[in-house]
Amino acid sequence: MWKWLHPYANPEVSYHFTNKLLPWLSALTVIFLTIGLVWALLFAPADYQQGHSFRIFYIHVPAASLSMGIYVAMAIAAFSSLVWQLKLADASAAAMAPVGAAFTAIALITGAAWGKPMWGTWWIWDARLTSELILLFLYLGVIALHNAFEDKNLAGKAAGILTLVGVINIPIIKYSVEWWNTLHQGSTVSKLGKPSMSLDMLWPFIFCFIGFSLLVSVIICLRFRNEILARNSIRPWVRELVQQSTVK
Amino acid sequence: MNPRRKKRLAIVGSILIGIGVVSGLVLYALSQNIDLFFTPSEITQGKKETGLMPSLGQRIRIGGLVVPGSVKRDPESLKVSFRLSDMTMPIVFKDSDPMITVYYEGILPDLFREGQGIVANGTLTEHPPTGLSIEASEVLAKHDENYMPAELAEAAGQKHDKATYSEKQLESKKTNSY
Repeated sequence: MWKWLHPYANPEVSYHFTNKLLPWLSALTVIFLTIGLVWALLFAPADYQQGHSFRIFYIHVPAASLSMGIYVAMAIAAFSSLVWQLKLADASAAAMAPVGAAFTAIALITGAAWGKPMWGTWWIWDARLTSELILLFLYLGVIALHNAFEDKNLAGKAAGILTLVGVINIPIIKYSVEWWNTLHQGSTVSKLGKPSMSLDMLWPFIFCFIGFSLLVSVIICLRFRNEILARNSIRPWVRELVQQSTVK
Repeated sequence: MNPRRKKRLAIVGSILIGIGVVSGLVLYALSQNIDLFFTPSEITQGKKETGLMPSLGQRIRIGGLVVPGSVKRDPESLKVSFRLSDMTMPIVFKDSDPMITVYYEGILPDLFREGQGIVANGTLTEHPPTGLSIEASEVLAKHDENYMPAELAEAAGQKHDKATYSEKQLESKKTNSY
């Protein structure tokens, strides 16, 4: 596996790899998100007690689980950057942080908009909501550290340490609804065995979830390319690339 | 792996394990403060592990299921009272279960119904006829993680009708608050 991964430690190879990946990912994103959102927001049946308000589930749940998923990916990148000193791993972590922060914010905002009509309150300091808010602050801290140092290696190291310290928050968010009593309900779809949803509600969710995951990968790919170019701007291959695009 | 990387791996690994252990212990020690509410049985018998009990006059949150048949609404005003019992699986209501009565004046959340999970915030008091009770200033609905189309829910014997209010009841709120 290492032999296969090795060439991608080279920024130029990685850059061209994302180039090849992007059109496919973008096309799949459009397909899955269109099918998923239209199905979920227009055709899926309404819930027996929440009515149409339930449809915010299809945005809230993918955003919330991706906010945690991106953090785990960022932590893996930070870990490999600290141990193996891969410069590209730092670049990818810096590319992921703002995307993760945006999805955390989406999860919090859609959650508040859902909580007001259903629970009766925008916000409550229960374990699930509070730990998700802490996740947002962790992302903001990581972004700040990435931009706080002139030297990108030093910035990557500082942000990486914060990322790894904060990774402990991920299982806390995930299991908060089981370890403590909270206003937030338990997990619907990631339950082992049978999900607590009928199939005609679950299928649009699967499409939405895959669609949002693809959207995240597209945005991260784009940001990762920019990070690579910005960090390697003095290299001859980047100069060549710039010249080619300006000649056109 | 060369020795330098091995050393870094050991350092990063031990920091991670250290943080894991520390935060695990902190969360374990704080677990009762992290709980959002007391269950009815915790109010009458105390928390399972420490026996911590709320005292009369203390402001607490209570969480439980609305006991079917216990909801009493005043036809003239927004006053409502209902009893809460522990949320246990499977859901069965027995008269011997510890129950706490909640008194509240205000509009109930749309998801309020008999058998629904409720979190209420208020003062613990002792009412002579009903025993321990909560005078709530806020009532929130805690729905479960099950979603169903209406037809399926009906087949499973689940139905939801939200509470309706007469002109008179809503009128009483206006006169009270202004």
